[in-house]
Amino acid sequence: MLLNAKEINIALHRLACQLIENHDTFANTVLVGIQPRGVFLAERLKTILETDYKIKSITLGYLDITFYRDDFRRSGKPLEASKTNINFIVEDKKVIFIDDVLYTGRSIRSALTAIQSFGRPLEIELLTLIDRRFSRHLPIQPDYRGRQVDAIGGEKVKVCWVENDGEDAVYLIKT
Amino acid sequence: MSELSVNHLLGIKYITEDDIHLIFETADHFKEVINRSIKKVPSLRDITIANLFFENSTRTRLSFELAEKRLSADVINFSAASSSVKKGETLIDTVNNILSMKVDMVVMRHPNPGAGVFLAKHVNASIINAGDGAHEHPTQALLDAYSIRERLGKVNGKKVVIVGDILHSRVALSNIFALQKLGATVKVCGPKTLMPKHIEKLGVVFEPNLRKALAWCDVANMLRVQNERMDISYFPSTREYTQQFGVNKALLDSLKKEIVVMHPGPINRGVEITSDVADSKQAIILDQVQNGVAVRMAVLYLLASKIKHNED
Repeated sequence: MLLNAKEINIALHRLACQLIENHDTFANTVLVGIQPRGVFLAERLKTILETDYKIKSITLGYLDITFYRDDFRRSGKPLEASKTNINFIVEDKKVIFIDDVLYTGRSIRSALTAIQSFGRPLEIELLTLIDRRFSRHLPIQPDYRGRQVDAIGGEKVKVCWVENDGEDAVYLIKT
Repeated sequence: MSELSVNHLLGIKYITEDDIHLIFETADHFKEVINRSIKKVPSLRDITIANLFFENSTRTRLSFELAEKRLSADVINFSAASSSVKKGETLIDTVNNILSMKVDMVVMRHPNPGAGVFLAKHVNASIINAGDGAHEHPTQALLDAYSIRERLGKVNGKKVVIVGDILHSRVALSNIFALQKLGATVKVCGPKTLMPKHIEKLGVVFEPNLRKALAWCDVANMLRVQNERMDISYFPSTREYTQQFGVNKALLDSLKKEIVVMHPGPINRGVEITSDVADSKQAIILDQVQNGVAVRMAVLYLLASKIKHNED
């Protein structure tokens, strides 16, 4: 186990505070959770920002990147799409991408393409709970990170959420 | 289940209920995509698709072409009227010539039933049947069932009557297969002369009386009278057909419930359906057209995902 429920909670509050530092009232900022697993983190952060830090009306959307991925027909298993739900225009907004694990950076590359369909954002930042160091295939780095992890190729980082997996925890799984 | 059980879409007969549900779920995602201001995704950017139309079509062809372009595929179009088919080239030769230009998928409409099945056996590309004679028109049936699901929540348990020229209609056959696989009950209605002889063997009931059929159903799918396929007279006059099998506002209002009216287009206004019905809220004809693009995107996407990258 890399992080337990208490450590995750501390990290989430720190990330929320860092977001407030840069985005103040979130008047011109939108949160975008990357489907499928970034949405749990995004919803948690939204709740923390609204209840603990009294920031009203956080805008949150979900972005599915399936149709923008660069491994269509190249990966062994079929890609399954999730729901995209962005009912706002990102034109001239500050966008914060939220995902659980940053590994090769290819998902974020796809998300950067996908978000173009909703307008031209003023700027895009990236928040991830886990940053797997030294494993990037692309020049993409997070602006906010919960924990840096050194994991080798054969290992897998799994983030579990109460809503979905019954507990808050981050595991390093050897495959 | 996130993969189709087939490599070609030749007819509804050859696919499973799970396949249909997978196509619908994928189409839901694409419907969201085509309602954005930027209606395009890059999934099929390294796929080339040939649209081979050996028979006329406006709607299906435009719908397929739009679906292909919204998936970023490269598209080439071919219509038999202006081609070497007129010079006597065989179907396999025509298609193999096109495939040697590195085409991955073929969307084909052909006047001969079974042309798609035949082609799938002989050429190395993913084939989508866009109508083969009076046999099948699978994507039309999928979009019809998808539109019913959208309007009524589900297809399972619904009662659908298909009215009109069942004999010459590929839409009718594909619709019967699709609706039955999804758990709907199907009746057919129309002049006896336009009913195939052994239609009951498909598990559908022939109802000669339109009023009774409409009173029974949740959905009425009004087929077009296909004058171009009628080599002999199947009914005395268009006027008589309209009187017996045309749907008008007064007839719909006399029913105790509000039914959904569908039409695969092109409409002969005032023949199988009057203008006030076609333009009413009960008719979902234009929804069918919009859903056609999303459903075809889903079919193309799911079939393309089965073409392995290292094979080309």
